[in-house]
Amino acid sequence: MADAGSISQPPSSGQKLVDSGFRYLCHGVAWLSIAFVAFMILKIATGAVPAIRERGVGFMTGTTWDPNKGEFSILPEIWGTLYSSILALIIGSAFGIAAAIFLSEGYLSESVFSVLEIFKAEHHPVLGRLPEQLENLLKNLIELLAAIPSVIYGLWGLFVVIPLVRPVCNWLHGHLGWVPFFNSPLSGPGMLPAALVLAIMILPTITAISRHALINVPPKLRMAAYGMGATRWETILAVILPTAARGIFGAVVLAFGRALGETMALAMLAGNANQISLSLFSPANTLAALLANNFPEAGKNEVGVLMYAALVLLAITLIVNIIGALILERASAGLEGSK
Amino acid sequence: MSPDGITMTHNEKLPGAADSSNLDPFVGIEFPKLEMSLRRPRTLFSFLMGGVVCVMTLMALIPLFSVVLMLVWKGGQKLSLSLFTQLPPAPLETGGGFGNAILGTVVMVGIASAIAIPIGILCAIFMAEIAPASRLAHLVRFSAKVLTGFPSILAGVFAYGALVLATGGFSALAGGVALSILMLPTVILTAEEAIRMVPSKMREAAVGMGATQAQVVWMVLLPTAIPGILTGVMLAIARAAGETAPLLFTALFSNYWLTSGGHPDIMQPTASLAVLIYNFAGMPFQNQVELAWAAALVLVLMVLATNLLGQALSRHQVQHN
Repeated sequence: MADAGSISQPPSSGQKLVDSGFRYLCHGVAWLSIAFVAFMILKIATGAVPAIRERGVGFMTGTTWDPNKGEFSILPEIWGTLYSSILALIIGSAFGIAAAIFLSEGYLSESVFSVLEIFKAEHHPVLGRLPEQLENLLKNLIELLAAIPSVIYGLWGLFVVIPLVRPVCNWLHGHLGWVPFFNSPLSGPGMLPAALVLAIMILPTITAISRHALINVPPKLRMAAYGMGATRWETILAVILPTAARGIFGAVVLAFGRALGETMALAMLAGNANQISLSLFSPANTLAALLANNFPEAGKNEVGVLMYAALVLLAITLIVNIIGALILERASAGLEGSK
Repeated sequence: MSPDGITMTHNEKLPGAADSSNLDPFVGIEFPKLEMSLRRPRTLFSFLMGGVVCVMTLMALIPLFSVVLMLVWKGGQKLSLSLFTQLPPAPLETGGGFGNAILGTVVMVGIASAIAIPIGILCAIFMAEIAPASRLAHLVRFSAKVLTGFPSILAGVFAYGALVLATGGFSALAGGVALSILMLPTVILTAEEAIRMVPSKMREAAVGMGATQAQVVWMVLLPTAIPGILTGVMLAIARAAGETAPLLFTALFSNYWLTSGGHPDIMQPTASLAVLIYNFAGMPFQNQVELAWAAALVLVLMVLATNLLGQALSRHQVQHN
């Protein structure tokens, strides 16, 4: 019991009531959020059940989509989803990891520092902070890429990327048409512009997470490599990248999940064509774009089928995302152990 | 080891190391041989790769500048005050604006915020304070992380199944619910992080004075963590405002204001800036395409302003250990 003169007091019964009420509320809301996610997945799944009963696995292996005949199957869309995501991942990873190395190795701050040294201003109160500030600015600029809404990338892709890559693509088709990747002309929307824009959209994810993994490499590993006389890139390739590999791999897997589910850029740039082709320049379609294009005007029959397609997309992205999250969790646990 | 094998990279230059030549340890070392020479394949490789990485990073920024330039150039031409007050034009009509789309975006993001922010913050309090190590907290955290990579279009599919089919029509409410699903994980994860950043001595002091857990949360944790929480909220709002896919078949689109019979009504198809851009970008009419660019500029400005506000708030986060 507190003294009469003390400012500390035991809680009154009203306060205890409020306290336990608040705790129950938080508990309830936490359960609610889990129930919400479960309900969401269940809702899509139950919406798909009639279509699954009716069409079975054949839905995923056929190649026609014809609402007039009532024939629906989504193999071209599954192919388009995977193909565009993998292409985007190759381009996005190359540039994203390069940017992460550039940012984490301090290339920019170092060169700014040496410029400052020439002018003997490296300890100047304002200019001396410049290297750090410029590097921060660069990091924020790359993160800004993620802030631009995807529909604006779609708009930009339609009016900037397609006209820009079209002459190059058609030249490649004209001269190297026998290569399967170039065996059709780019008449407008197509796989390549869609994959390029998709790569730009996933790049910030890859850069941010990889940079985090690279920065978390214990400094003594780097110092040991330098001490043995390794050049900077020998250190990067032999020590830093292998140590950060799990984090980078997790970043790439998460970016893959993003790319699989991205809708707008693909709905606007991929061309909405129901075909399977290796060509980079032929129009294609993806699961998400299929949903976006067909849902608004779907009849009762089509809604069930589209729910089935949504369920397939959900399954693919859920698996990829869970794998990515688990890899990242292990990566950070592993690094903490070695510190 | 012969000195030939030693190569110094220039980031090992320590300030002041050059003028210590009067010290003995450097006697007998041929400094020119120690310097980085681009004639050696391994140093040349290192130098070239540095250049490659630099060029690739700069190339990664080209799209950003290109998008911004195009928005300013193409959208800026069309920008005028009447855009904010007028309704979208019919095909071949001139003029027009997208006032209803701006209003629709604000209303739907408002509905989404009203759902996602309270739920998200309460979840975060649960995970950071009420039962941090419980299995439920881990489950919420894991599902929030998985939800961040959830395809936005599936949120639309869910809202379509749960609300559009149930209420019998496209509505701002369905759009708002779809957006709230996308806001929720961002709010949960950033709010949890912000609450965990509150120095433990502050909450221990409150507990020591006999505060109940609810009092600790309301009087100590939330007031201290509020800048961090607001940063997350702003990021979530910025993301939701730019989302198109979940609105395509939940709110659909409308050429009219959000009213029926003179009263505001959220149970009818609603325009949004993002869907307007999508619809108008594919039209063969010059006026509509120009409007799409102007709408894109307005949308990006709204999103960036929200983002910057969030980042400015995060600088006010209390940071002491």
